[in-house]
Amino acid sequence: MAVATAVTPPSREAGPQHRGTGERKPVKRRRERQGRFAFWLLLPAFITVFGVIVYPMLRTLLISMFEVKSAVATVTPFVGLDNYVQALTSGGFWEAMGRTLYFTLVSTGLELVLGLAIAWLLNAEFRGRWLIRALVVLPWALPTIVNAAMWKGIYNAQYGALNGLLSGLGIIDEYQAWLSDPFTALNFLIVADAWKTTPLVAFFLLAGLTSIPNELYEAAKMDRAGRIRTFFSVTVPLLAPSIALVLVLRTVEAVKVFDIVYAMTRGGPANGTQTISYYTYVTAFSEQNYGLGSAISYLIVIVILALSALYLRLLRRSEMSLL
Amino acid sequence: MAAIALTGCSVTGVSNAGGGTGDGTGTVNALFMKQAGYTEDDYAEIIAAFEEEHPDIDVEPTFVSYEALHDKIVTSAPSGSYDVFQIDVIWPAEFASKGIVADLTDRFPDSWNDEMLPGVLPTAEYQDKFYGVPNGPATKLFYFNWDMVAQVGATEEDLATWDGVLDVAKRIKDEGLSEYPIAWSWAQAEALICDYAQMLGAFGGEFTNDDGELIINNEQGVAALEWMKATIDDGLTNPASTTFLEDDVSKAMAQGDTAFGLNWDSTLRDLQDPSISSINAGVLPTPAGPSGDRPGVNGAMAYSIGANSTNQDAAWEFISYLTSQGVQDQYVDAGLPNWSSSYSDEALVETNPEIFEVAEAAYDDSILRPAVPNYSSVSQIIQVEVQKALLGDKTPQQALDDAVAAANDIQEG
Repeated sequence: MAVATAVTPPSREAGPQHRGTGERKPVKRRRERQGRFAFWLLLPAFITVFGVIVYPMLRTLLISMFEVKSAVATVTPFVGLDNYVQALTSGGFWEAMGRTLYFTLVSTGLELVLGLAIAWLLNAEFRGRWLIRALVVLPWALPTIVNAAMWKGIYNAQYGALNGLLSGLGIIDEYQAWLSDPFTALNFLIVADAWKTTPLVAFFLLAGLTSIPNELYEAAKMDRAGRIRTFFSVTVPLLAPSIALVLVLRTVEAVKVFDIVYAMTRGGPANGTQTISYYTYVTAFSEQNYGLGSAISYLIVIVILALSALYLRLLRRSEMSLL
Repeated sequence: MAAIALTGCSVTGVSNAGGGTGDGTGTVNALFMKQAGYTEDDYAEIIAAFEEEHPDIDVEPTFVSYEALHDKIVTSAPSGSYDVFQIDVIWPAEFASKGIVADLTDRFPDSWNDEMLPGVLPTAEYQDKFYGVPNGPATKLFYFNWDMVAQVGATEEDLATWDGVLDVAKRIKDEGLSEYPIAWSWAQAEALICDYAQMLGAFGGEFTNDDGELIINNEQGVAALEWMKATIDDGLTNPASTTFLEDDVSKAMAQGDTAFGLNWDSTLRDLQDPSISSINAGVLPTPAGPSGDRPGVNGAMAYSIGANSTNQDAAWEFISYLTSQGVQDQYVDAGLPNWSSSYSDEALVETNPEIFEVAEAAYDDSILRPAVPNYSSVSQIIQVEVQKALLGDKTPQQALDDAVAAANDIQEG
């Protein structure tokens, strides 16, 4: 696409219809020259994409079919699909998948509801709206690792702000170790993650909201539709493309969740927060089983591809074009 | 087909063990642990002094937390990015069998056999070869808050056994001096294994039998875990312990939230530093259990040279300096020396008498974690199962049965 657009405009401008046929040759040469120029312009991007995406993916695919027990191993027997079989038959893999699914569903759902509410508020006319809009984006601007460190402090069992707040309000009698129970810890991770990513969702949806023509709301008013009816009959259908887009993005991101787990709980307690990415990391690097780790990463890729394909199909069926 | 053609070769891209001796000059990249033992400032001082003595060697230190150290060593191994790295006593088998660390046996002077503490010399030994120079003995000691102990009328003698500790802890809790008098580093991490090791030893157990099979589901292993769980149920152990690393235990003690905690020998320095700690801290060897032993977990570390380092001579030069008696004696408040004669140097012992005294006792009965090549996997399994018992998801017996089954499974596989 980029090549075509880079080449066509000048050719139109120097189109042969304005000049005699004798001038065709230099035009062709110029076209070639520009094609070459475009190639050089694109080369860095191509090398980068190949270097950081295509090559590692092919290499990982290759490694996933060998038994590689050390990064400096000189002997690595070919084992075919054994690593995939081992992953799919291990309890740890499915438990991690289950936790990841839970994390994905709950965090994406939470972010969607909160994001929609925030977008709805930010779309209303009020004084100082620009300031609030700027403030809302702040959590998203924080690096995940900083966000994780901050929430780890908030949840701290001895001096955490959450304990301070809840005991100050008289809701709890004594300080709680929020991250000490496996399932509770997973839910608290979700809250920390949602706090950071809800602004992104809100902004996507806000962009969608601002593009809904006001006439539609006026028409709804004339038809005596209430606020709720208007929301579900006008806003939601017209916002659907934005919602779908943000769902795809957030689902893929949530399935891949790693850094917040690494920084806050390191998968504990009792593996309660060990998501599939973290499980892969532990398998590949802590246990030095690179073959199995690579196979699991490919299984994650398959899950993400399947989810994306599903979303895109749903979109097409509902006749809403995404691109 | 292409993949099959590759059978027998390596997909890692490494055809043979790289690395080289170098010419004894140039840059030495060193990877150190961030917490416990020598601080970043200590290393900076030592490196500055070393570079003055060796003007043509330049040492570039990098620091990571203990929890990130293993993975950093492993992932940087193929490129040989680090000439020197600090390894834990539990890794030599893994790193040696996977070709990550260089064999240093030929570089070890014979005189070290006599000069170095016999318990310390084999810190990084695997199959009769040395893969690292020890940086002194290290074990977990028992720290306590003197004021709280005195306020309930207890003495040091009462803290000689775990039964005594629980009794004093109950009194401290009843007096309202501390909500949870004991804190432990029971997060899902190696720290949990270290604490469990000391309890296992106190109950007379061991990790493995003579065949190297895990046996912690026997009577002693289960009794140790049941004891740990009971301290949570009795409200004596801080329930947040299952999220704590050593650093969190140290902080809880320094703030006066808790009376007792196991921690590394270098912790005393922090607990006695008025800018960090508000308490009057005391230290003892780990208390005795039913076995009568007071075994400290062997938590020594060592400095190794990367198998793919291209500057191994200069790296050795630096390690020799770093672990020399002169340097180690200077930093006894951060870590105990390797050298036997340091322990009879009265002037030196005077500088850190409490630690010298208790470390000696703890080392007499020290307990080792299993020296197996896939220790990391075995440790992960035990961490998770022990936590399940501590959180009440499984009985201690069930959890340890499951741990043993899973660990022996991967040992065979």
